[in-house]
Amino acid sequence: MSTALEHPTYNYKVVRQFAIMTVVWGIVGMLIGVILAAQLVWPQLNLNLPWTSFGRLRPLHTNAVIFAFGGSALFATSYYVVQRTCQTRLFSDKLAAFTFWGWQAVILSAVITLPLGYTTTKEYAELEWPINILIAVVWVSYAVVFLGTIKLRRTSHIYVANWFFAAFILTVAVLHIVNNAAIPVTAMYSISLYSGTIDAMVQWWYGHNAVGFFLTAGFLGMMYYFVPKQAERPIYSYRLSIVHFWALIMIYMWAGPHHLHYTALPDWAQSLGMIMSIILLAPSWGGMINGMMTLSGAWHKLRTDPTLRFLVVALAFYGMSTFEGPMMAVKTVNALSHYTDWTIGHVHAGALGWVAMITIGSMYHLIPRLFGRTEMYSVGMIAAHFWLSTIGTVLYIASMWVNGILQGLMWRAINPDGTLMYTFMESVEASGPGYIVRLIGGIFWVVGMLIMAYNVFMTIKRSEAARQPIPQTA
Amino acid sequence: MDTGTFRGIITGLLIIAFIGITWWAYSKRRKRDFDEAAHLIFNEDDERPNRDRSVSPSNESREAASGQDDSRTSKGDKNT
Ligand code: HEM
Ligand code: HEM
Repeated sequence: MSTALEHPTYNYKVVRQFAIMTVVWGIVGMLIGVILAAQLVWPQLNLNLPWTSFGRLRPLHTNAVIFAFGGSALFATSYYVVQRTCQTRLFSDKLAAFTFWGWQAVILSAVITLPLGYTTTKEYAELEWPINILIAVVWVSYAVVFLGTIKLRRTSHIYVANWFFAAFILTVAVLHIVNNAAIPVTAMYSISLYSGTIDAMVQWWYGHNAVGFFLTAGFLGMMYYFVPKQAERPIYSYRLSIVHFWALIMIYMWAGPHHLHYTALPDWAQSLGMIMSIILLAPSWGGMINGMMTLSGAWHKLRTDPTLRFLVVALAFYGMSTFEGPMMAVKTVNALSHYTDWTIGHVHAGALGWVAMITIGSMYHLIPRLFGRTEMYSVGMIAAHFWLSTIGTVLYIASMWVNGILQGLMWRAINPDGTLMYTFMESVEASGPGYIVRLIGGIFWVVGMLIMAYNVFMTIKRSEAARQPIPQTA
Repeated sequence: MDTGTFRGIITGLLIIAFIGITWWAYSKRRKRDFDEAAHLIFNEDDERPNRDRSVSPSNESREAASGQDDSRTSKGDKNT
């Protein structure tokens, strides 16, 4: 890309790279999701090959959407936001470039090793030890670049979005290193330092806080910058944002045991997890309300601005999934929902409704600006993408609710003589229609992402064509 | 001290810390600083006005100065 695009103060190059990879990995990750969804409808689609079997593609999906798509989006937005709100260039261009290439190397090694069957078996931490070391190095560099930039800031305040990004970066560093502590046995095989119940506890302390800090705090950082920016209103209450931050950080850490209800985990730990999860509703909704109320007096913009619509609907889904979560953390509800598709529905209410939608809204704000414009090539295409994503998400989560409750009820139904009323296979057959609806929802999403890719491509192309006559608009 | 007491003390400390933070955030003295912080995202000299001109009256004045943003270190609210 030409130097005419370079901002006089900020490092936009690394932001552009991560922003483009966000779109690319979004398509890849969701496409694998669609393949998984199709395999659950037509099991023959695993092709009877080990590399394409459900069990190997599933972790590839979660790694691709969370770490490749979500991760790239977080790198892009955090580097952009920290520079603009600190009014200074990134701490080190070289180290920032290293985080880009390092992170892509991590993703590529995941794409290769997971289908080959290398796995630690820890959910969301499947990658084997050599890759984990690379992740740790990249992540520490990320922390240095981000915190170093904050240190260099030319403003007196550290804008609230940066607090969320910083908490996300630091916490993920700790989570990753602790959970992956292992003894290497061979080049691609290691044994965890933890065993038994302790292993489960550490794993879900990690797993839950990955949700809390990777999929929540990081994206809240995005929310606190891009929602006010796109609405052209300052955040509804800056004070609330501070209370929101500290409350969220303090409470999230303790909620992990709700993933281990009715297991060998001590009962008190389960109850603690349940109580903390219920309390977690308060800060979550505090954040959602803060974002939503930012639009007061600007609601009419939703009619004309599909980017803002993405951001606001993301907040609505965030509110929904953080209401559903505490409910599912109640032990009696969890007794029904656990192991069923209800959990999968909850995951994607958060993942598609919140994480992906807030990301896409932010990208539609960010990408034109990175290429010297204020608008995407086609606003109509953003609107089309918006409807595809919203309908896709609703189809996904509604079908999983129905499936989840159906499965939960069938599994616990008992005949008068105490035997099970249904075989497991009967519950699988009953889930068929739901899987088809989910597949359709997934296809809606992928089509939307392809429209986005085209729109982004045209925005960049048009920006390069328009460059020459107005070189001063960096 | 047994574990129960220890946990109780930790919980108590966290509650006190939380109330302290809330108190601090909502004290009158912080209001001006926070307003300033909330507007930080709009102090950008390099942005062209958005499509929706009717509701962004504040952008016009800033188009000229771009690039050299040395003067932006002490910022109040430009929007009001
Ligand atoms: C086109 C969109 C998507 C489709 C069709 C899709 C489909 C699927 C399918 C079929 C599964 C396996 C469910 C099972 O084992 O029964 C799954 C799991 C999962 N997906 Fe997606 N997905 C999509 C997008 C996303 C996105 C964007 C994210 C995250 C940002 C995400 C995160 C996850 C996670 C975390 C799991 C594991 C859930 C668990 O273990 O409870 N997915 N997805
Ligand atoms: C107040 C907030 C939330 C609470 C209390 C909560 C609670 C829960 C509960 C109880 C489960 C089911 C555990 C089980 O039965 O196995 C769960 C699963 C999950 N939630 Fe949430 N949730 C919240 C918000 C979110 C958000 C915003 C997201 C994401 C984007 C999310 C992502 C997930 C994932 C990925 C799982 C599946 C974990 C697995 O088994 O692989 N959650 N959550």
